[in-house]
Parts: sequence; C-alpha cells; structure tokens
Amino acid sequence: MSALLRHARYVLSGNPVTALAFGLFGLLLFAAIFGSAIAPYDPLATEAARALKPPSAAHWFGTDQLGRDIFSRVLVATRLDLTIAFASVILAFLLGALSGVAAGYFGGWTERIVGRIADTIMAFPLFVLAMGIVAALGNNVTNIVIATAIINYPLYVRVARAEANIRRDAGFVEAARLSGNGEARVLLGHILPNIMPIMMVQMSLTMGYAILNAAGLSFIGLGVKPPHPEWGIMVAEGANFIQSGEWWIALFPGATLMLAVFCFNLLGDGLRDIVDPRQRT
Amino acid sequence: MLNLLLSRLATAIPSVLGVIVVTFLLTRLLPGDPAAYFAGLAATPQAVAEIRAKLGLDKSLPEQFLVYVQDLLSGNLGTSLTTGQPVTADILTRLPASAELTLLALFLAAAIAIPLGVLAAVKQGSWIDHLCRIVTTAGVSLPVFFTGLLFAYVFYYLLQIAPAPTGRLDAFLTPPPHRTGFYLIDSLLVRNTEAFWGALAQLALPAASMAIFSLAPLARMTRGSMLSVLGGDFIRTARASGLAPRTVIFTYAFRNAVLPVITVLGMVFSFLLGANVLVETVFAWPGIGLYAVNALLTSDYAPVQGFVLTMAVLYITLNLAIDLLYGLVDPRVRLDA
Amino acid sequence: MKRRHFLKSSTALTAAAGVTAPAIFSPLKAQSRQETLLVVAENTPNMMDIHGVGANRPAYEVSWNTHDRLMTYGVKKDSTGQDHYDYSKLEPELATDWNVTPTSATFKLRRDAKFHDGTPITAKDVKWSFDRAVTVGGFPTFQMRAGSLEKPEQFVVVDDHTFRVDFVRADKLSMPDLAVPVPVIMNSELAKKNATTADPWAMEWTKNNLAAGGAYKIERWQPGQEIVYVRNDDWKNGPMPKIRRVILRIIPSAGNRRALLERGDADISFDLPAKDFSDLKGSPKLNIVGTPVENAMQYIGMNVKQKPFDNVKVRQAIAYAVPYQQIQDAVMFGRAIPLYGGASNKAKGTNWPQVHGYKTDLARAKALLAEAGYPNGFETTLSFDLGLGAINEPLTLLLQHSLAQIGIKAEINKVPGANWRGELLKKSMPMITNTFGGWLNYAEYFFFWCYHGQNAVFNTMSYQNPAMDALIDKARFASGADYDAAVKGFVDMAFDEVPRIPIFQPLLNVAMQKNVTGYRYWFHRQLDYRQLAKT
Repeated sequence: MSALLRHARYVLSGNPVTALAFGLFGLLLFAAIFGSAIAPYDPLATEAARALKPPSAAHWFGTDQLGRDIFSRVLVATRLDLTIAFASVILAFLLGALSGVAAGYFGGWTERIVGRIADTIMAFPLFVLAMGIVAALGNNVTNIVIATAIINYPLYVRVARAEANIRRDAGFVEAARLSGNGEARVLLGHILPNIMPIMMVQMSLTMGYAILNAAGLSFIGLGVKPPHPEWGIMVAEGANFIQSGEWWIALFPGATLMLAVFCFNLLGDGLRDIVDPRQRT
Repeated sequence: MLNLLLSRLATAIPSVLGVIVVTFLLTRLLPGDPAAYFAGLAATPQAVAEIRAKLGLDKSLPEQFLVYVQDLLSGNLGTSLTTGQPVTADILTRLPASAELTLLALFLAAAIAIPLGVLAAVKQGSWIDHLCRIVTTAGVSLPVFFTGLLFAYVFYYLLQIAPAPTGRLDAFLTPPPHRTGFYLIDSLLVRNTEAFWGALAQLALPAASMAIFSLAPLARMTRGSMLSVLGGDFIRTARASGLAPRTVIFTYAFRNAVLPVITVLGMVFSFLLGANVLVETVFAWPGIGLYAVNALLTSDYAPVQGFVLTMAVLYITLNLAIDLLYGLVDPRVRLDA
Repeated sequence: MKRRHFLKSSTALTAAAGVTAPAIFSPLKAQSRQETLLVVAENTPNMMDIHGVGANRPAYEVSWNTHDRLMTYGVKKDSTGQDHYDYSKLEPELATDWNVTPTSATFKLRRDAKFHDGTPITAKDVKWSFDRAVTVGGFPTFQMRAGSLEKPEQFVVVDDHTFRVDFVRADKLSMPDLAVPVPVIMNSELAKKNATTADPWAMEWTKNNLAAGGAYKIERWQPGQEIVYVRNDDWKNGPMPKIRRVILRIIPSAGNRRALLERGDADISFDLPAKDFSDLKGSPKLNIVGTPVENAMQYIGMNVKQKPFDNVKVRQAIAYAVPYQQIQDAVMFGRAIPLYGGASNKAKGTNWPQVHGYKTDLARAKALLAEAGYPNGFETTLSFDLGLGAINEPLTLLLQHSLAQIGIKAEINKVPGANWRGELLKKSMPMITNTFGGWLNYAEYFFFWCYHGQNAVFNTMSYQNPAMDALIDKARFASGADYDAAVKGFVDMAFDEVPRIPIFQPLLNVAMQKNVTGYRYWFHRQLDYRQLAKT
C-alpha cells in the first residue's frame, strides 16, 4: 500500500494537473458529505420577495426565480449528483466487469451472448436510450441511475473482456487453477482484482459522463423531481433566464457541473498514469 | 473480403433484431395513452375505447408486435401524432439536416483535434501537451446544451455576428432544389452562392457547439496513437537515417497512427448523431434528434421507433464501412480475417 | 446587464449573416420582408383539418385562416383601446344575411364566392361540411352539440345560395356556435374526389390538403418546421387582408423566440414566458398586449371523491393556504388578473370568472384543518401538466412549500403534456393545478362543463351536487332576473364548497413589432392574419 502511495506521489509531483484534479475531487467529496450542514440557507425555502437577485455578499451566487439561494442549492446538489454518478458507475461496473471477464475468460457462448447484448445496447443512440428508459419507467433517481448504468455497460464489457482475454493464459492464472481453485474463484479472486486498476480508470472517466447524462436528461424534462436541487435541472431552469439578463441562475450550476466533470476526466487520466506507466501522459 | 463482409453482417443481424424488440417494448412502456390523445378534448371513455380499438392498441402485446413487424417489412413506420405525417417521410426530410450538421461538426473537430493531438505527441510533456489536455477535457466537460445556449446568447444576441437561430436557412432565402438534402452541396450544385453562405452561417454555431464536445476523444486518440507509433523501431531508424523531422512525423508516423483515429471518428460520429438531440433543441434545427425528443415527450410511439431503428441501422452500416475501410488500408487486418 | 440597441432594418440582418459572405442585401429581399409577416411559435400544427382526429390547437389557427364560416364575430374596443372580438355581434362572412325564427335560421349565401380552386361555393358544400362536423365524433361533434347542432337533418339546402338550420330546441348558443372555428365550409366536390369507401369524409386527405376557400392559401406545409401562407387574392367573404404572405416558424427555445423579436427578426409571437412579456413591456421596439382571457382561470382542483378532500373544511383550509400573491409576483410577474382576496365569498354580478374571498392566511388554514380532524396534516400528491410547465412548475413549488407550513406534505407529479388529457379522464389524481377556458363567454357554459354532475372530463374535481346542477340547468335556459339569481346562486355555492380554488385569470400576451397593427383578440386565442397589417 505504502509503495503504491509513494509511487502515486512521485507521479503526481511530475504532473501538477493531476494533483489539481485530486484536490478538486477532495473538495467535491467534502461538499457532498457536509454540504447540507454548511449551506447558509435552506435550499428549498422559497421567498418571492427576494427572487432574481444578482450575486451579492448575502447571496454569493444570487437567488433564482423563486427566491432560493443558489449557492446553497449548488452545494447541496453535489451530494445528489455525485450519488447518481457513483451509483451508476458502480452498477455498470458490477454488471459490465463481471459479464466482461466471464466472456473474455470462458469465450464460446458466454462471449457470444454477452457480446450481442453489448452490441445491441451500443446500436442505440445512447442518450435516446437513456431518455426512453427514464420516460418509460418514470423519472426518479433510481431510474436515472439504472438508465445511465445501462448505457455505460458496453464500455465496461469491452475493456473487461479484452483484459480477461489477455490474462486468460497468464502464469498466475495457471497457477491458481493448478492449486485447485474452481473457475469462479479464479475469475473473482484472481483475474478481477488484477484488472481493477484499469477498471478504476474507466470508472473515473465514465463518472463525468454519468453527471452530464443526468444533466442532459434534466434539460429535456426527464430529470429528478423538483424541488430537489440538481445541477442539470438548475442549468435547464436558468437557461430560460439567460436572455433576460439573469445569467447567474444557469452559470454557477453550469460551471460547477463543468468543474466536476473536468475533475473526473483529469482524475481518470491521472489514475491511468499511476496504474499503467506505458500510457503515462 | 466478401467473407469479412458476410461475417460482419451475420453478427449485425441479431443486434438489429434486439433493437427492434427493445424499442417496441420501451415505447409500449411509455406512460400516456395515444388513444386518449387522439380522442381529443372532452372525449367520453367510450369514445376513447373506440379509438383504442381503431388504433389496434387493445390487442395483446405479442399481437401488436407482429403487426409492427409486418408494417416494418412493408416499409411502413407509422404516422406521427405531432406532425401528422408518415414517419418515413418525416425521417427522410429530417435526416439530411442532422447528418449535415454532424458531418460539419466532425470536420471542424477533426481539423482542430488531430493537429493538436499530433503536436501534443511530438512535444510530449511540454506546455502544449498540458494545454491540449486541459482544453479538450474542458470541452467535453461542458454540457453541450449549455455551450449551445451560451454561443447563441453571445454571438447572436450580444455581438450580433451570427444569424438568428431559426433553423437551416433564413426565412427569406429559398432552399436549393433537393438533390442530397445537404444544403451546402445542393446550393453549390446549382451555383446558388446566396443559399450556400446563408446555410453555412446558420450551421456555424450549432456545429461549433458540437465540435467542442468531440475534441477530446479525437485529440486523445491521435495523441495516444502517435505516441505509440513514435516509439516504434522504424521511426528510430528513420530519424537515424537523417530524415527531416517533418517527413518523419507526417510521411511515416502519422500515416500509421491514423487508423485508430478513423475508428474513433466513426464512434464519435454515431455518438454525435444520437446526442445532437440537445443541440437541435437549442438551435431549432429541424433534424432527426429534435423530432425524436418531441415524440418521446408526447408518447408518440411511431417516430421514436422509427428514429431508433434508423439510427441503429446507420450505426451498423457505418461500423461495417469502417471495418471494410480498415481492411482496404491495412493488409494485416485483411489477412487475419 | 446592459441591453443593446438593435438595428431593425434588413441591413442589420444581412450584415449579420454577411460576415462570412458577400452581400445578401437585395432590394427584392427588403420589399418581401415588408410584405411578409413572420410569426414564431413553439408548437407546430399537426394538420389542416379542424375536424381531424387529434387536431391540436395550432391546427385551429391553420383552419381559421384558410377556411370560411357562415358568420364571424364583430369587433369592439376593450378597456385598453385594443381590438377585441365582440361576442354579442354576429357579422357576415359567407352568409350575407340571415333570418332567425324560434325554430330555424335561414342564411343567404354570397353569390360570387369561390373556393381556392375556382369552384363556386354553394349551399350543398355548407351542408356537407356541417354534416361532417356532427358525424365524425370527437371534439368537433361535441362542440357543435354545445349549440344544439346535433343531426344532419337540421341542415337543409333550400337552393344553391340559401341554407337553413333547423333548431331542435331553443338554445341561445345556437347562432354563436355557428361562428366558432369548427363549422368551417369545405369544398365538398374536391374532398369527395379524395374520399374512399372506408373514409367517406376524406379525413386522411384533408389532414395535409386544403379543400377550402378562405382568405389564405397554404404555399408550403412542413409541420414541425414552417408553414407559409399566401393571400387568396380572389377572396370575397370579407375585407381583403393587407398582408400578402405569412410565414409561421417553429422555434422550440423560448429564449431564442425572445431574441428574435428583440432583434427584429420576427414580427409577432404569443409563446413567451410571463417574465419575458413583463420585461419587454417597456421596450421601445415592441408592442406588448395582454388581454384577459375570457371565461378562463388557473385553479387548484381537489378530487372530492377522495379522502381527505371530501371534507369541505379541508378544501377551505387549502384555499387559505395558497400563496396567492407570491404566485402573482414570482410566477406571473403581474401579468394575470387576481381572483383572490375579495371582500367576501358572495357573488357580485353574473360575469365569470369572479373574485373570491379567500386569501393567504396560514393560521386560519391550520385551524380549519384541525376542525376537519387533521391537526397534523396529511400526505398527498400534487400533479400538473408539464406541457404548461413554465407556469405550473413554479406555481406548484410555491404551493408545496406553503402547504408544508400547515403540515400537508405534497409530492409533485409532473405529467407530460400529451398524457395530461388521459390522466384527467381517469379522474384519479387527488390534487391538481390546471387551466380551463371556454370559447363561449357565459358563466353557465363554464359551470356546465366544470361543476355539473354530468361529470364531464373538465369537471376535474368529480364534483356532483344536485343543488348545483339545478341552478346550472336553470341558468342555461332562463333570462332576466331568474337568470341572475341562478348564476349568483351557483357562484356562491362554488365559492363556499370550493372544490376548485380559482387563483388568477390568465392574460393572452402577444409581443409584436411596433409596425404591426390590427391585432385583434379572439376567443379561440389564435392569431387571425386577416386583420393584421405592417406600416
């Protein structure tokens, strides 16, 4: 563990951008965990009298059309957005990595079936598939997570399958088999942990995509139910006010959204450096 | 070659079937009742039931599926509730609009991302490399509808450089006669420069919004591919032989690095074709994405099914074409297959 | 944010597009811009035929401007000096003169009127069209029935230029009902050529093809993108319209519609959020007109067949909990007529809608809830039509917050636009916000559809009270003092029982360039191109 940390520090010091990304990630986590405790106003409290006020000392990000403090809402929304991102990524990973390694390891019919499922999903225009799933099942957080996980599934399958294929005849796998481990044990206990670093890179990259997907769904009207604050919905609502000059309603959640996705993308790149020196930037 | 084609087609058929079944199920799961919509204001429950029978919606799900497949085989994709037109006609008129926009966006993105990627690979670790990484990652981190809205606000409303976001062509210019459906090509074919520039001006903002979003995968892949090629022995030999750096990079390295980039181009194209839904909404672009979104939100089955099917077929055709292109360009692939 | 001053001339338009291009400016373009009205809208018409199944509201506009009816309504000035249709005056359109008896109305038709294809318009076309309206079912038949126009036997061809309508009962709405959008006059010969045995009324063909003789013809029909109308220069059934060409463009984004109007690249639009109309009111470049929509209101409806809304005290409690002023300010930006906060819950006059006596008083609301047996509140669902989300969404958010203060936990349920009617039909939603407006400006007309025990779909509260029914039925066929008493009776009852809480009367807002004149408010809330002009 300490060797990994030392190695990580070595890579990070040569790559300030990745260090920045880690820092940003820490900030986001902090906001997600402690957001509701440190928010200056109740994110749901409406007050028509103070609607549409520009950023000021009292309201750092201004207020929206119902008088709610935007800074508080952006802060509290971090938890929801990160939850959606994490949950969908983990779900996609569980489904995708497991079926992917099985496909890559066993080959034959397993590979064909898993491959066909992944291909069918990929044949859809992905965003429209997500829209269709949420529209059909109802727009709540669970379904958004499920929809996002489904459209990310093929990516994980592909990477997991390729990696498992490569390792199928590797030495350590042979050794595990010879020691008497059943196939399932070899898969879960040896191959899967071995490809974890690469999967983590994937997870980080798709995290950003999951947040953008949720934002896009909100823009169309299939996002989380109001009045819960969520970055995408806030941008969608704020979009109606850009023309009339109330730019802060859309800008701050939009900037935060961008920052979060940016952070995850850079994080993914950075993790790749730590994990796989051949692809280091 | 033929074997390659046939084997690819064989794997594609199950995907298409899967798409048909999943789309059918999804649209049937959509909330909302086209019968109630059709029956209109103040219809009594009996009137709605009559209309439901007329639309065939009272049959069981497997029966409806059979009817759907029969219609598909005769080329009938149904009729849209919102536009009142047959879906096939709607898609045929709207697909060129989306395709033109997507192709232009892709072209723009490639024109920026590929040189950037090459430069970042050649000058690895320098500030250009970091800048490339930051710029492209920033581009892909912004929600594309947000970029679009911002562009429209800044360039049309504030700076007045761009034309009104009212669709493919200004209201007072007549579109060129229909040949391909691509206004840029059609207007050049009849030498109508007014329409050409008008169409190009309208395309600028939406294409730019989409291009920004596509920079990252292209630049990343170019850079990665160039890096791995530049590390190869033959490059070392070329350099050692005293060839000029420019020759080394373009004649030797780039040509070999370009193959994965083509694959990524194909992937990005099909991704964009589905994801341009958001851009089309912002810019009132009469494309297939906007058509599908409106239909989805109004539980209008037929256009959604038609749209998804069209996209799936396009995607599979495109992948096939890329595989074949690969086979043409890279003999190793041909031999393996 | 500083607003810039925009150049309105076509030079600006061409210069803007001309950055990447040689000059697009041409004298031809400037002239055609002057003769053309550019309308921008959010929703596309889905057919040309108002009798068609599933015809949407924008389709009514298409039908209104491309077809004729027997009569039309006159014009008066409203309180702001704006042109307003006059529901008490019927004027000639295809019919030049008419004679009304208690049992029938006989119309003399214009002799030189022709359809777009040159065929003369005769009484048999009128009969065919009216027969169609009462036979095809759905909305057209239902609307005809509102004026007791129910059977083809009522429509009689006396001769080529004389047409008679026989009444089945004395209904003061029969004549006005002949001037609403539904009884259009279609080219029966042309339509019959395109009919089939399975489709005798040519319903399929008329969706995308005109069989009409109205003031405008359709030059380009691309639903979802644009419709181009061109004036019928042979039109005889009214004063010749001034605008030669009308282009309707569908622009989904509200922000862009506003930008187009402000920059002068669009001439007129209804579809903007209330805030934009409020912002643009003082603009030197645009004329903003807001006309109260007759016989209409935005309300909170509670399903009286479901607990706890079957208890009148619960309903009254909620009536005291609605944040009326906040809605007026933050949702409508002042662009609505308040229907709350009156002196009392007693009817004043026979107009509708009227102001009721409820106002925001959370203490009173809480007390009433306790009296009703719900001191700790309860949980419920608040549903709304997402298609009108610009108003409904913030309104329900404000209401949700207010209800939470008195212990009522309301979960918000967004219903997509096309599903809304289906949901209403089910009559299972406990609490909704909705808007409703009737075409014919009579209180009993509104109450007949919204409060009567016949339980039409518009009676979203499922309210059934024999006492109310008696008053409504009396008002429909009474007059004079009896009529007044009946109307005041049912209004009093509606406010006391409060199954639906009126919030405000909406305005029909329109934004147009200063050089667009002749705008007239119509009860169908669509644009009538025939009165417009550009100076």
